[in-house]
Amino acid sequence: MKRLTLILVLLLGTTILSAQECDKTLTGKVIDFHDGAPLKEATITFNNKTIVTDNNGRYTINDLCAVSYAFTVSHVDCNSQVFTIDLSKVTTKDFYLEHHLNELQEVQVSGENLSKTSSSQEETINKNIIERYSNASLGDALKEITGVSSLNTGSTIVKPIIQGLSGSRILMMNNGVRMQDMEWGDEHAPNVDINVANSVTVVKGASALKYGGDAIGGVIIIETNRAPAKDTLFGKTVLSGSTNGRGGSLTSKLTKAYESGMFLKVQGTLKRFGDVEAPDYVLSNTGIFEKGFSASFGLNKFTYGWDAFYSFYNNEIGVLSASHIGNVDDLITSINSGQPDIIRDFTYDIDNPKQEVTHHLGRIRYFKRFEQLGKWTTQYDFQLNNRLEFDIRRTQELSKIPAIDLELTTHSLTSDFEFDSNEKYKFTTGALFRYQENFANPLTGVRRLIPDYNKYDAGIFFTAEYDLNENIILDAGIRYDFNQIDAQKFYLDSRWEARGYNQDFSDIIVDENIIGSQLLTNPVFDYHNVSGTVGIQYKFDNDYEFRFNYALSQRAPNPSELFSDGLHHSAARIELGDLRIDQETSHKISLSLQNNNQKWGGWEIAPYANLIQDYILLEPIATELTIRGAFPVWQYRQTDARLLGVDAKVFANWHTNWRTDHNFSLVKGLESDDKQALINIPAPNFNNKITFTKTEWFDLKVSLESQYHFKQNEFPSNITVFSPDSGQDVVLEVNTPPSAYHLLNFDTNIKFMIGQKNTLNFGLAINNLANTTYRNYLNRQRYFADDLGRNFLLRISINY
Amino acid sequence: MNLRKFLAIFSMGALILTSCSSDDDSAPVSEEEVITTMEVMLTDGTDTVKLRFFDADGADGPTAPTSTVSGALKASTTYTGSILILNATESPAEEVNEEIKEEAAEHQFFYITNDLGITTTYTDKECDYNGTSCSDAANTAPVGLTFSLVTTDATGNGMLRFVLRHEPNKDAAGVSGGDITNAGGDPDIDWTFDISVE
Repeated sequence: MKRLTLILVLLLGTTILSAQECDKTLTGKVIDFHDGAPLKEATITFNNKTIVTDNNGRYTINDLCAVSYAFTVSHVDCNSQVFTIDLSKVTTKDFYLEHHLNELQEVQVSGENLSKTSSSQEETINKNIIERYSNASLGDALKEITGVSSLNTGSTIVKPIIQGLSGSRILMMNNGVRMQDMEWGDEHAPNVDINVANSVTVVKGASALKYGGDAIGGVIIIETNRAPAKDTLFGKTVLSGSTNGRGGSLTSKLTKAYESGMFLKVQGTLKRFGDVEAPDYVLSNTGIFEKGFSASFGLNKFTYGWDAFYSFYNNEIGVLSASHIGNVDDLITSINSGQPDIIRDFTYDIDNPKQEVTHHLGRIRYFKRFEQLGKWTTQYDFQLNNRLEFDIRRTQELSKIPAIDLELTTHSLTSDFEFDSNEKYKFTTGALFRYQENFANPLTGVRRLIPDYNKYDAGIFFTAEYDLNENIILDAGIRYDFNQIDAQKFYLDSRWEARGYNQDFSDIIVDENIIGSQLLTNPVFDYHNVSGTVGIQYKFDNDYEFRFNYALSQRAPNPSELFSDGLHHSAARIELGDLRIDQETSHKISLSLQNNNQKWGGWEIAPYANLIQDYILLEPIATELTIRGAFPVWQYRQTDARLLGVDAKVFANWHTNWRTDHNFSLVKGLESDDKQALINIPAPNFNNKITFTKTEWFDLKVSLESQYHFKQNEFPSNITVFSPDSGQDVVLEVNTPPSAYHLLNFDTNIKFMIGQKNTLNFGLAINNLANTTYRNYLNRQRYFADDLGRNFLLRISINY
Repeated sequence: MNLRKFLAIFSMGALILTSCSSDDDSAPVSEEEVITTMEVMLTDGTDTVKLRFFDADGADGPTAPTSTVSGALKASTTYTGSILILNATESPAEEVNEEIKEEAAEHQFFYITNDLGITTTYTDKECDYNGTSCSDAANTAPVGLTFSLVTTDATGNGMLRFVLRHEPNKDAAGVSGGDITNAGGDPDIDWTFDISVE
């Protein structure tokens, strides 16, 4: 039918053509129907003429007659469409195409990726970068983004930090589902297999209100590839191995799609490493064994669609043996000796202390597009997260039982409507309902650090985007969230009184006579959170883009901040939450100015200020004496804080084959009242990379990267503790940062075509080329051992 | 699949998943590793000196532990020592000694002092507790629940530290003689008493 119309209109068009006066002009853009992104290099064909759109998707066709034309609009990633336009009535027209990312196609350079917001700072890593980190973690890959660093426990537990903030302040969207995986703990890494992702976008702030209002630090959006609406079967397998850890990973994904819009996708990953090594010794008990699997199927029509997605993730992670300490004297000894006290031969065995985490995620989604109105999407998702932490306990029998056994179950229902039919305005509105249940297994034989609780969330939001003219986009949004947490918490009588809860919270006691001098309480806390954003994007002089954004964001305290109480065995510290902790409120202003002149290069400078009222932090305050010696006490506290920072980057194409990249990021975190430095703020870093590319030589790419990590000079003061070993008070240097360090990384990649469509990639990387000995301020194991030594990585990937 | 079908499956799924949740009250944890009390009895046949550590709420609680010594030791005297460890949060109090005896091979006490010339000697072996044969040399490493302590003619105040290590390397140099230097392992107990010899 389509073809018939084409022929018909073409014939009609040509016949009338000859008799008319032809001085009409048609201008407009070719745009992705789904998200409004302009499509460059789209072709518009009519009467044997072909016009190509420019970088901004714009086109101009001159010398047209005042008649009807049939334009065939095509783009490499889209199905072609025919549009009939009467030039006697219309002079401007935007063509919308249904755009699909194709697994086989190279993803465009960052910056051209589809934006999540119009006005805030954001950056995307594409699948080429993801592939390089195939056998590492999501947190490692995200560090490619300027302003993103990580809070580590060893090299395998990697929590992303965005512009100085991490944990519950970062919201992680995995394939449209907000991850609920106990992100509250410092040693809890995101339960995501990086190989699920096709692209990952980081929005550095709370302005992506659609996803949530409490993302004071930012939002990480993990997306899989979209299946094309054509009959095809394609896939990819990546095999990689590393010398450090003597292991590797195997990951495969396969997509089957039909022209009808039906699709089926499966993906699986297996990752196995033994002990990793520092330059001078084996880091004993640091192996991991990760398993991931995901599958989805659905129907993607132009006007409606549905899909179902399921993913499974399991990871067994060893925790450095030397980091298991008995008491404060062990910690002092460790800090002073500069060498781990347990160094064993390399092994693949994972022993206590270790973590075993399992995450199930299921989602069903339905969308319908209403002509001249917009798109309605509704989604239900289910998550089950189980965390087991095994510790070295007094007897062998006890050591087989996890010291922490938590099961977090979450159900969410979201629905939103995107009004996108108007060219100038776009509105989105939606609602969220969530129910969450945490079950802390009492059979551990260890008092619960996190109690049993039920949590209820509800939220509504409204966002708007207005294209003032071709160059200016304004956006704004508002969101309201309600959270209620209803917990069943046991307190030791002595702790209850020591915290003064008997004065303030006597009404929440359920039972005062629990075995072991405890009492049972039922705290029920409600939080009302309002968030909002307003911003502008201004494009000028073709290559420049200016963004300004203000975001207001409120975050309710997490269960750890409220309820932690007692000895956290794996961290060898007593952690104390506070029932009085209230939500924190952030005001963040961010600016960015970028120039993307593809010819010579580009640059971006992005300063920001984040003022946080009642910022919640965890800090060492004292020690408590026990029969095992003294333990450091870490307590949550609220204070007003100020984070100021800047992310900057430049890249330059010196020659057809040579390119250099330079990134710098700096953040300063201070308490507003006494100007004391905040704990765990990343040190500045400066990265420089030189890349040689030669397309003729099998797409050869060779790069050498230098990473300079400054010493963090701003840190809170240390605490003084009594050391039973030396029989006197000593300074416990828990906050003192390690020295600056410099790392060199080498990477090379070549690509071969196999037949028409298949490609084979070989990559070799050498991380920490100089085998530098270093420790990172934001690695919790810095007290006990050096970081990773040199690592050779080999990867082979096949696209088919 | 049409919208109606989708919603039907959707609501069914949601129903099944939510109906599994339990509304039971939380059960208290019976804590396994609490130590509230350590009593060291030193007797020379006529008199007994009792060193007592007591922490009512265990390691998890904020109450500071108390340490009491019933009296002074006599100079130039040989004492027989024994250690009793209890969890008094349970009723009757649980004897933690039983656990140590069962896994005697994985535990060892150390008595540490540099004061007043005091010396100590182990008087027990793993095989005394865990049912293994004492004729096999592999089972004769010390545990330290009992010991002897000898004072010299030096008098005055001093410190006596008791350490229980779990999974120590009992074969390392000096460990079976009571030297903690190479012992390794993790501390289950580490407490120092102020003593005096008259």
